Amino acid sequence: MSARQITLEVLRYRPESESEPVFQSYSVPCQKEWVVLDALNYVKDNLDRTLSFRWSCHMAVCGSCGMVINDNPMLSCKAFLRDLPDHIRVEPLQNFPIERDLMVSLDDFMDKLKSVKPYLIPKQPTADPDGTYKQSSAQLKKFKPFAMCINCMACYSVCPQYGLNDGFAGPAALALAHRYNADSRDQGRRAREDVVASNTGIWECTFVGACSEVCPKNVDPAAAIQQTKIASTVDYFKDLLMPSGRKIAHPEGDTT
Amino acid sequence: MNNAPYIRPMPASWWLRQGRYVRYMIREATCLFVGLHALVLLVGVYRLSQGREAFEAFLEALWSPAGQLISAAILIMAVIHSVTWFNLTPKAMPLWIGEKQAPGWIIVAAHYGGWFVVSVIVLLLAGGLS
Amino acid sequence: MARSHKPVVWGLFAAGGTASAFLVPVLAITLGFAVPLGLLSPTDLSFDRVYSIVSHPLGRLVLFGYMTVCFWHAAHRTRTTAHDVGLHNDRVTMIVCYGAAGLSTVLAALFLLSL
Ligand code: SF4
Repeated sequence: MSARQITLEVLRYRPESESEPVFQSYSVPCQKEWVVLDALNYVKDNLDRTLSFRWSCHMAVCGSCGMVINDNPMLSCKAFLRDLPDHIRVEPLQNFPIERDLMVSLDDFMDKLKSVKPYLIPKQPTADPDGTYKQSSAQLKKFKPFAMCINCMACYSVCPQYGLNDGFAGPAALALAHRYNADSRDQGRRAREDVVASNTGIWECTFVGACSEVCPKNVDPAAAIQQTKIASTVDYFKDLLMPSGRKIAHPEGDTT
Repeated sequence: MNNAPYIRPMPASWWLRQGRYVRYMIREATCLFVGLHALVLLVGVYRLSQGREAFEAFLEALWSPAGQLISAAILIMAVIHSVTWFNLTPKAMPLWIGEKQAPGWIIVAAHYGGWFVVSVIVLLLAGGLS
Repeated sequence: MARSHKPVVWGLFAAGGTASAFLVPVLAITLGFAVPLGLLSPTDLSFDRVYSIVSHPLGRLVLFGYMTVCFWHAAHRTRTTAHDVGLHNDRVTMIVCYGAAGLSTVLAALFLLSL
């Protein structure tokens, strides 16, 4: 089998010796069916053991191998070489601090995910003796697409609003909030509101729409955010007209 | 030496770096022409309130080459606004028919249809239904 | 963190975006090109005819509402876009944009009432 010679131009950052990132090129003999992650592993195994990057499952479910490949953030395990030119530029995800080479800092993203209370907040415990909350397939359909996120952060990488203001909760976290808000078993919308409907929540979004274009799981965060904007606007004016409505619909008693 | 995580700066020209961001900026810029259109209406109403001569002078200015240039700019940018606005409606307002989510193109097509009907009605009304 | 008051301006922005998407192209054609191109006759846009339409209570109300949402649509989008291109003093941008929209709204009301 003949190998295809590909030039990988990788952005490297070694904090112990460099004050800013630099590109380094590797010439990699690649097999036809390889993905970019395979090429990176070839470099690591045969050319340069110091190259650092994250990966785990190699099948587009773990979400840890997200990186910018020729200007587009993707899962490197899903970026087939047959779809790419002979010269491939690989960079860490945009808008995140680079820790080393292709690895970025996850802390801010994790905090954002936590901040939207991404778990079921039922109004009262289920009456079902087996302790489950029943749901029909029709009810499941309402939020299923928004539950497919694998936390790869590709959407944050292309979101200019996150780049301009890192206080912004960002696409995946807001899509996750919408996923629970749209769940028939959940009554936590008002409890999420303080983060979701704040100035650093949905209102920071200007519907650039790039997040939905790059999402490898077709989550469509942009749609989730616009739908939340409409729902929050309705809530806002409802509360103006009926100020008492808010307390009742606030199951956690969360007033902070 | 051990440096902190490196934060890449975001230049003010970030939106020139990718086609999708340039298209986004053009979309956002259409709002200036929507505003300009409303200002033209505002001036028109003002001139109307000043009487016949003032209003006719307003129309004359509007139909002068310079006025037509402004109208043309408004028209072009307004069409970009309409198209981008309608194309995004399925994301903001998904339509559920029974248990199924209707395909987005139906919502978009309905908006284009409405746009056409509204435009024809306005033109017919302006022409005194003739 | 507190809930934002953005729904007020965002509501106007969205209403203006929708109204203008439907109406600006046809209005730009009607006012700017229809008569010069012969699509409409000059009498269709004569002072008497336009005056009677615009000064009708319904005409005033519709025109006021339409102009208002257009102004606020433009103001809000200009504000966010200013931030996008690097004008990060949002308070100043906000005062300029919403101030202009507010002033235009008041003027529209005054002009329409003076008919
Ligand atoms: S929403 Fe999509 S792009 Fe964003 S983190 Fe989740 S899977 Fe990745």
